Amino acid sequence: MSARLLAGLAILLALLLVAPALLGGYGLSVLILILYFAFVGQAWNIMMGFAGQLSLGHALYAGLGGYVAAGLYVHYGIGPWAGVFVAITAAVAAGSVIGYLGFRFSLAGVYFALLTIAFAEFTRIGFDNWSWSGGSGGLFLKVERGVTDLANLRGGPVLFYYVILALTVGAFGLCHLLLRSRLGRYWLAIREDAEAAQAVGVPVLRCKMLAVMISAALTAIAGVWNAFYYNNLFPETAFSIGRSIEMTLSPIIGGLGTLGGPLVGAVVLTSLGELFTSVGEALNIPGIKQIFYGLALLVIIMYRPAGLWPWIAARLGLERKP
Amino acid sequence: MTADFLLALSQAITKGLLTGMVYGLMALGLSVIFGVMRVVNFAHGEMMMIGMYLAWAAFDALQISPMLSLPLIALLFFGAGYLLQRSLIQPFINRPEHQQFLLLLAVATLIANGCLAIAGPDSRTIQLDSQFDSYELGPLVLDAVRVHAAVVALLIAALLWLFFTHTRTGKAIRAAADNHMGALVVGLDVRRLYAVTFGIGAACVGAAGALMITVIPVTPFLAGDYTLLAFVIVIVGGLGSMTGALLGGLLIGVSEAVAGLLGDPALKSMFSFGLLIVVLLLRPQGLLGRKEQR
Repeated sequence: MSARLLAGLAILLALLLVAPALLGGYGLSVLILILYFAFVGQAWNIMMGFAGQLSLGHALYAGLGGYVAAGLYVHYGIGPWAGVFVAITAAVAAGSVIGYLGFRFSLAGVYFALLTIAFAEFTRIGFDNWSWSGGSGGLFLKVERGVTDLANLRGGPVLFYYVILALTVGAFGLCHLLLRSRLGRYWLAIREDAEAAQAVGVPVLRCKMLAVMISAALTAIAGVWNAFYYNNLFPETAFSIGRSIEMTLSPIIGGLGTLGGPLVGAVVLTSLGELFTSVGEALNIPGIKQIFYGLALLVIIMYRPAGLWPWIAARLGLERKP
Repeated sequence: MTADFLLALSQAITKGLLTGMVYGLMALGLSVIFGVMRVVNFAHGEMMMIGMYLAWAAFDALQISPMLSLPLIALLFFGAGYLLQRSLIQPFINRPEHQQFLLLLAVATLIANGCLAIAGPDSRTIQLDSQFDSYELGPLVLDAVRVHAAVVALLIAALLWLFFTHTRTGKAIRAAADNHMGALVVGLDVRRLYAVTFGIGAACVGAAGALMITVIPVTPFLAGDYTLLAFVIVIVGGLGSMTGALLGGLLIGVSEAVAGLLGDPALKSMFSFGLLIVVLLLRPQGLLGRKEQR
């Protein structure tokens, strides 16, 4: 990492720390959204960007995490700081089953992606019909205005902002360490050529399993945060393919497999989304926001297929050429 | 089990078989595209939705029956598919899967919301004269509309089979699918063949849309479900296997109708995704697919 990049990151972090004092309610809500997508994108990036396994069912881990923690809180009064560990356990277990089946039966690419979609859909149907989680009617957390209760993660946007900021910074640091570790090198080898990696003695199955488990664990944390921030959960949205797909956009647009990618992608996509929402409201045509969004995706993927961050970083001279 | 239930069950199964033919035709388009150029058309359901809207518009404005507008829609789709492949998709043929996925996701978003912007969120349906006609087959009563749709779907599938087995272009496309390098070596214009293939796949799904509107109303929101459905059908039946796609369509059609009979629509999804998981794990080449070296 170059000194310039390090200095830039320090300034960015300092700005983010004081942001709630500078921004109004709307600005803060957008920033929260950006950080959420950066965090969950970083989690997805571990599996696809580092280890090369395409998952289009990550909503499963977020939904499962959210439901477990919210259910424990609603039914037994167990707070999210404890519940998150149960949530992680559940998501990692689900990820292990899917990963083991997929990798053991050597499904790759689209076939593996379809397997992840199938499991997410299955879970959605299960939760639709499970009364403990409120069924298709949804699960709701009690909202008390003006109460800040750190132990149960109840409070206003500022509280959730700092939590998601800490999570995003933590994920960023974790991924930085992972990429430099032996495991990270193994992942890259598997991503580039799994057979060659196997041939030179990389424990391919174990490494892929670790990628799924770490990715699922982080995604579950995002799900818990999400459930407590929005105070409601519906199987129809929590496990939907749309939710899974939206997690993949930031890292792909920002730069798959790069550390900065998910953050840059989240900034660009969330800002564009907000811009198009206001344009859409002004034009008052149904679907116009999504049309602009689709056009933006199309243009970026056509002209910057490797993502925005590698291009920006090269322009600013932030990264040494490999 | 009473005789009444058995009759209702066989009634549901025949209904499912008829609808399943149309599903099969839709999936056939996906199978042809993926089987030949290895590109996953994530906008497949959205493309079918355009076919449904076009057939609806022709009927609504000009009282042209979908069976008559179908050839025109298929032709239009062939041209549009050809151009789409040449302009957008060809540059992505050798790119990683996630980039192709995002490209077609963007196309799907544009189509779905374009339809929403133009046609609005209401569900659209057509009332054909033959709506309440039926054929009787022993104790079974078959909706005329579904029978017609199934027959036409089968006819188109047969035409497609003739094309791939008896015409020069069809054989060349199969050659390019079997061995890309070999096709280049013997001097086939693979780029053109790919564009033709995408055109054919689009024509199939456009035609399927024109048939589908006779049995199901169209809204801009269901397209994603149909994309997924087409995937399940194609994987279950076997990628690149034409009979596989039709068989997959029939299976899904029947499971849907039986789930409807039992009063729990979730059963259909349970069945189709359960089947998908089992097939992916135990028989990734699909029920009727050939084993290939991946």
